[in-house]
Amino acid sequence: MRKLIFLVLPFFLIIHATAKADIVVSNWDGYSPSDIMDTFEGATGISGEMAFHATNEEIMGKVVASKGAGYDVLFVSSPFAEALHKLGLLSYIDHNKIPNMKNLDNWAMNLDYDMGNQFQVPYAWGTTGICYRSDLVSKEPTSWNDLLNPSSDMVGKVTMLSTDRWLLAAGQLLAGYSVNDTNPEHMANVADILKSAKGNLLSYDDTTFYSKLVSGEAVMAHAWDGWCNYAIWENPDVKFMIPEEGSDLWVDTMVILKSSDNKDEAHAFINYILDEDIGSWTIENILYKTPNKAAMDKTIPGLVEAFPNMGMTPQYMMSFETLKDVGDAAKLYATTVSDILAD
Amino acid sequence: MFNNKLVLPGLVWISLFLLIPCLIVFTYSFFERGVYGGIEYNFNFENYTRSFKWTYFKILLTSGQIAFISASVAVFIGFPAAYFITKFDSKIQIFLLFFIMLPFWSNYLIRTYSWMVLLNNQGLINNALIQIGIIEEPIRMLYTKFSVVVGLVYNYLPFVVLSIYASLSTMNKEVIEASEDLGGNFFNTLFRIIVPMCLPGIVAGFIFVFVLSIGNFITPDLLGGGRFLMIGNLIYDQFLSARDWPFGSSLSLILVIIMLSLLFLQSLILARKK
Repeated sequence: MRKLIFLVLPFFLIIHATAKADIVVSNWDGYSPSDIMDTFEGATGISGEMAFHATNEEIMGKVVASKGAGYDVLFVSSPFAEALHKLGLLSYIDHNKIPNMKNLDNWAMNLDYDMGNQFQVPYAWGTTGICYRSDLVSKEPTSWNDLLNPSSDMVGKVTMLSTDRWLLAAGQLLAGYSVNDTNPEHMANVADILKSAKGNLLSYDDTTFYSKLVSGEAVMAHAWDGWCNYAIWENPDVKFMIPEEGSDLWVDTMVILKSSDNKDEAHAFINYILDEDIGSWTIENILYKTPNKAAMDKTIPGLVEAFPNMGMTPQYMMSFETLKDVGDAAKLYATTVSDILAD
Repeated sequence: MFNNKLVLPGLVWISLFLLIPCLIVFTYSFFERGVYGGIEYNFNFENYTRSFKWTYFKILLTSGQIAFISASVAVFIGFPAAYFITKFDSKIQIFLLFFIMLPFWSNYLIRTYSWMVLLNNQGLINNALIQIGIIEEPIRMLYTKFSVVVGLVYNYLPFVVLSIYASLSTMNKEVIEASEDLGGNFFNTLFRIIVPMCLPGIVAGFIFVFVLSIGNFITPDLLGGGRFLMIGNLIYDQFLSARDWPFGSSLSLILVIIMLSLLFLQSLILARKK
């Protein structure tokens, strides 16, 4: 028995070392102020720990496997919030515990995947389009086709997002399908379009395309509008445009897990994020549009000249289709993306 | 062996963190992905038939090809380097080996990123070649198989140098002198005496690089730009993007079998040599 203690002791030490904040939040690295947990504790007395995930799929995999254990609040894109909700892993949002909900834009209270924000609270939103070097392209892009089949002088100078929903959306929009299309024949067409587009790419790039634009290695990049701003920041010749076939409206959301033992603290955290000043910090630093109307009204006038896409109105963005959970077709989406990347 | 209690910690470690996880992977590979990831327990062989579909099997072949080229290039560069080191006084040899090991002091990612800086179209090498006037347009080097091989060879070369050095330095030097005395020229001595005698070191180095390369996913991701996948990327994607753990499991199992057979081959060659 004594020997056994020596065998298991190291494991207890490891477990002990990882304890013990009131709430654990997982977000994309750099998507909220780096000292957010400290200022949150200063303001509310609640201690929190920030964990990071690189992709929606990564955190989804962890949370589904553990039934939510280990996390209280997650930042995920809307289709994933919807999927987590369908899996019964999310807690309902108690609006009484989030007085700052009043700061949210009216449009953000009526998103078609979750009318009235029952299981998620929008954090940031935007569109997906083409981020390009206006001084280096031989022709200004107007269509998704300009990205997928660039003129010969731009072949090998184009990057695309490889994250499944957005990779497929580029092909779906060009072919005139919905970004939530689940028809297998349509999906096969989309796969063909994207497989042939692959030959024109410099690389797939979800995270560093803006530095490739700044260096001139790439002249066009498939991009989320917010990330394009990082390139515009360094080179004003970079522009963002939405192709004539349209775009998607994506919403990054905050959700509370049903398994959380500290739901009050989790609500307090979301309330803190929706604070006007924290909202302004977020907008100024991550250069994403947020549904925090109070913060947007205060911040945008100073930003819109340098970053025109910050001026997009919620009404305009809502004219595009919202990315939704595709349910049983999730498998089709995943295998199609694997096939395209493997081809 | 089991009477020796000192073996216990190692045994517990290996069974907890190697054997049991491998069994879990093996089990998962016969099931199905659920709608939202996770596992659905319907026993089938679908994942294995899918693994051998041409789209995916091709990736295995590409990975094998890249790993083979990398390992060959590494041996081709590593052998002369190791041979050169053994020609020095033993005190200087220590310094030279130290320099071979030096790159390991910096992070693998940083070493790989620096190749991106060197090889890209606006990078140091292309700019230098354009300045000198050898080329007019930049040559595309980054995001190709070439850049992946460069990255793999660079990162794993020290292993080859060390393993070949180990067998060269324990070789009986009198045999070489005998060959020279009997009129064998440099190439005769090299290919008929030295290379055969340190074959275990060469094979060990080759297989080391091959095994490390075929499963690598960071280098093909960064230096290959995701335009072609290696088997490591495909497995990574199945676990972290596609959330198809069962398919990822079958692919990793296939990879493990390939690696184990190569390591088995290596120990066979070593055993025969003894």
